[in-house]
Amino acid sequence: MATKGKAPAKAPFERHGLTDEQLVEILRIMLMHRTLEARGFQLNRQGKIPFASAGEGHEGVQAGAALAFKRGSDVLVPYYRDLGLDLGIGLTPYEVLLSLFARKADHSGGRQFPHHYASKRLGLHSISSVLAAQVPHAVGAAYAMKYRNESGRAVLVTFGEGSTSEGEWHEGMNFAAVHKLPIVFLCENNEWAISTPADKQMANPNVADRAVGYGMPGVVVNGFDPIAVYAAVKEAMERARSGGGPTLVEAKCYRFLAHTTDDDDRTYRSREEVERRRQDDPVPNFERLLVEQGVLSPEGLESLKRSVLAEANDATDRAEAMPYPAPEDLYTHVYADSYQPWR
Amino acid sequence: MAKTDTKAKALDRRGLTDEQLRQMFRNMLLQRQLDNRGFQLNRQGKVPFALGSEGHEALQAGAAMAFERGKDILAPYYRDLGLALGIGLTPYEIMLSIFARAADHNGGRQFPNHYSSKAAGLMSFSSILAAHIPHAVGAAYAIKYRGEAGRAVLVTCGDGTTSEGEWHESMNFAAVHKLPLVMLVENNEWAISTPLDKQMGQPEIWKRAAGYGMPGKRFNGFDPIETYEAVKEALDRARSGGGPSIIEGHCYRFLAHSTDDNDMTYRTKELVAEARKNDPVPAFEHRLIEAGVMNAADVEALRKDVLRETNEATDKAEAMPYPQASDLYTHLYEGAWQPWQ
Amino acid sequence: MAVSTTGSKILNNVEAVRETLYEAMKNDDRTVILGEDVGARGNVFLITKDFINEFGAQRVIDTPIAEASIVGIAVGMAMEGLRPIAEIQFADFIYPAFNQIVGEAAKTRYRSNGEYTCPLVIRTPYGGGVRGALSHSVSIEALFYHVPGLKIVAPAFPADIKGLLNAAIDDPDPVLFLEHKKTYRLIKGEVPEGHYTIPLGKADVKKAGTQLTVVSYGLYVHWALDAAKQLEAEGLSVEVIDLRSIRPMDRTTILQSVEKTRKLLIIHEDNKFGGIGAEISAMVAEEALFSLDAPIRRLCAPDVPAMGYAEPLEHEYMSSPAKMAEAMREMVKF
Repeated sequence: MATKGKAPAKAPFERHGLTDEQLVEILRIMLMHRTLEARGFQLNRQGKIPFASAGEGHEGVQAGAALAFKRGSDVLVPYYRDLGLDLGIGLTPYEVLLSLFARKADHSGGRQFPHHYASKRLGLHSISSVLAAQVPHAVGAAYAMKYRNESGRAVLVTFGEGSTSEGEWHEGMNFAAVHKLPIVFLCENNEWAISTPADKQMANPNVADRAVGYGMPGVVVNGFDPIAVYAAVKEAMERARSGGGPTLVEAKCYRFLAHTTDDDDRTYRSREEVERRRQDDPVPNFERLLVEQGVLSPEGLESLKRSVLAEANDATDRAEAMPYPAPEDLYTHVYADSYQPWR
Repeated sequence: MAKTDTKAKALDRRGLTDEQLRQMFRNMLLQRQLDNRGFQLNRQGKVPFALGSEGHEALQAGAAMAFERGKDILAPYYRDLGLALGIGLTPYEIMLSIFARAADHNGGRQFPNHYSSKAAGLMSFSSILAAHIPHAVGAAYAIKYRGEAGRAVLVTCGDGTTSEGEWHESMNFAAVHKLPLVMLVENNEWAISTPLDKQMGQPEIWKRAAGYGMPGKRFNGFDPIETYEAVKEALDRARSGGGPSIIEGHCYRFLAHSTDDNDMTYRTKELVAEARKNDPVPAFEHRLIEAGVMNAADVEALRKDVLRETNEATDKAEAMPYPQASDLYTHLYEGAWQPWQ
Repeated sequence: MAVSTTGSKILNNVEAVRETLYEAMKNDDRTVILGEDVGARGNVFLITKDFINEFGAQRVIDTPIAEASIVGIAVGMAMEGLRPIAEIQFADFIYPAFNQIVGEAAKTRYRSNGEYTCPLVIRTPYGGGVRGALSHSVSIEALFYHVPGLKIVAPAFPADIKGLLNAAIDDPDPVLFLEHKKTYRLIKGEVPEGHYTIPLGKADVKKAGTQLTVVSYGLYVHWALDAAKQLEAEGLSVEVIDLRSIRPMDRTTILQSVEKTRKLLIIHEDNKFGGIGAEISAMVAEEALFSLDAPIRRLCAPDVPAMGYAEPLEHEYMSSPAKMAEAMREMVKF
């Protein structure tokens, strides 16, 4: 098992072949991720939307992993805390706001909770809110690729550490290993499953240690370091794309916010803990790194932030102005044809 | 496969007395005799179904010897005849189960070899693979919760069952709570027709233990003494607060899955014959004779005794009545019950 | 029935399933079969015997023992353009896959607003009368027929099996395909050659009659027909409807029959409370109450978890042509 990456601001700058433009793109995704999630919480407090969830603390994992995803070729099977990954593979802020506002033009037609996207165009699988249910789907998608000999393609499936306790996770891992499928299992270990800390979730601190039991490689990576995540996920994806079988990558990060707007995390963890972990916040760290390394000027950073905010504002206004689904939309897409149980 | 030299003359008995060694051997002979009897009765048209555990005799006799009667709990699966015998079930009880008689533990409701006995500490289970493993974990939690030090749960399954989600969920929970549990995997290489390499990406189940944060160990399941030692070590650890283990005994399924299965559709005679060369029953007989624990005449007498006991159990059980039609309605809930009240 | 056939032959139910699966595999290389022991063993009832030799291990997948993922992986395959046929070895083993069937497969289309679909067939042998005890004999249809997004088929005759299994395989949505295991080798019949489909949701009047409508499915259709023939000899005329599909269900055929006979008896092997018969009774009560000359009656299994292994327990649980004939007589004479 290799542990890759360290706190980025202190480490010598290893860019793993990423161009300046790609590095700035990573930062842009991280900023957009954070901005849109803050917008969700804001809209919730304003009473405009009933619910929002956030992945603050996951920005580094997701922006880094997304850059290792091949658009138009790979398939992403995410979970509900993957806004940054979704943005990173091409989802637009407007689509995100449609989802938050549950508008008719949303991917699910306003049926699902926010951040449950589905887009064939992006290779982004439809998911439910049920933990680990997506893992066998991802394995099935990888089987389809292998069966059709679509070499060069792979599936990236993600989940939190809590999901690794589910039976479906185990069954999916095992099957992928038996068939050496083109898939990467990316665990975003943020240490909290709603109120359950990692040490009540599992006795062993590293999810990646389970890989050996399935007969696949396992890697732990610092999820606060988007470049290290990119490198680890890219290596695993390339192995998968070239017939080398599955990999389990575990990115260590932290959930800075409560589980959702419906959760009060003060009931189960201390402010001190959260504040202490905030010191490693990947977003300001990565901003600082790019400025220190001369990838981005301070002015460049300011203008990037302004453009992200402008885009988020524009997306909010446009999405809010869109209509809700109509009552009769409740009845569509149950089956392919119009349908009543009694014929 | 980890093999020990089963032909060694000096018997490394790991603290087992002559009496215990003979008990284990008797258990092995009885297993084989009762298994044969089930298949025989099926061919005679007397019972619709039978299951055999040939190849598991040493593993089960050895594991049962490490079980503390009156204290430990056994959560077995349906191929655990030898474990059931080893913790105290009688051949008569086995035959009641095979004949599905009213006096059977479950009143003739379940398939053969699905025992349950509170007296023996044997938990009731269904035919559904891995469904009993969370139950075993729950039982271990109860033991820990009540502070019953010195007790542990021995839960068993085959290699195929380790692919089930419930297996994984159970191992994880047992590890988180450091429960007094031993997961004994009887790896016989076959899940009906599915060989190990289609069941899992790497063939050694004990290696999964580290991923859960518990000890794992593999041993030769054809050697009852090695099995005893491995199971005892794990049970002792569990009983003394050291938490759960995954231990894996390697054996082989010599017979078809059941009387309803024809294994020649998916594996060859030669393959089975090759595995039979390591048949644990004659091998252990040989070792006991060489070590002077028994002589040939003792073995003959023991065989006769086992056959006699099997015959008596068969006759006695066959003469017992079936359950009555009205027994279909009992034990659904506590008290009489209809869905509309 | 959409038929383009050249002739017919006599098959039993196992052979009908086998032939249909074989043709599906032959005709469409997107079709894959996955389940426990479907490969080298050729399924525990030998339905897929030799498939692995002809179509290869990539298309006939011996899965690990993990039912949740058998269905879950099939869902992912279906979302990515394959046409999986998942097999649950016995219906009794389906419960770990409940989430994947009810929570995932049945909702994929709906939750993605039609973007992703789940054209998937889940086949499973169900039913008793085979000394299958508590875990190899259950009926599961009532647990699933409540679920919008899912279709359920339970044919009883070889020709219906072929037509409906073809329709299920062609269907753009998830279909649970139930095969009564006691009928597997017991029931034989003429099956048209070549590809044809029978629409899901169409019942079939297996015997016309005037004095009583009997609605059933699975093994019990055959027993109900035996009973109806007995009554015929007594000069009593019973109409027997084979539902064939449980979701969607054929209202028209049932109502037309009930309006003619004015009496309704529903017979099923599953237990009564909350069973399929409850929905049929409610529908007929809502739509044709004043056509009825007698209370609706349901002849179903007793309210116990399953039939026991011992012969008397199974016998008590299962109905029989004689018990059915008795109920029919009482209804006709009411």
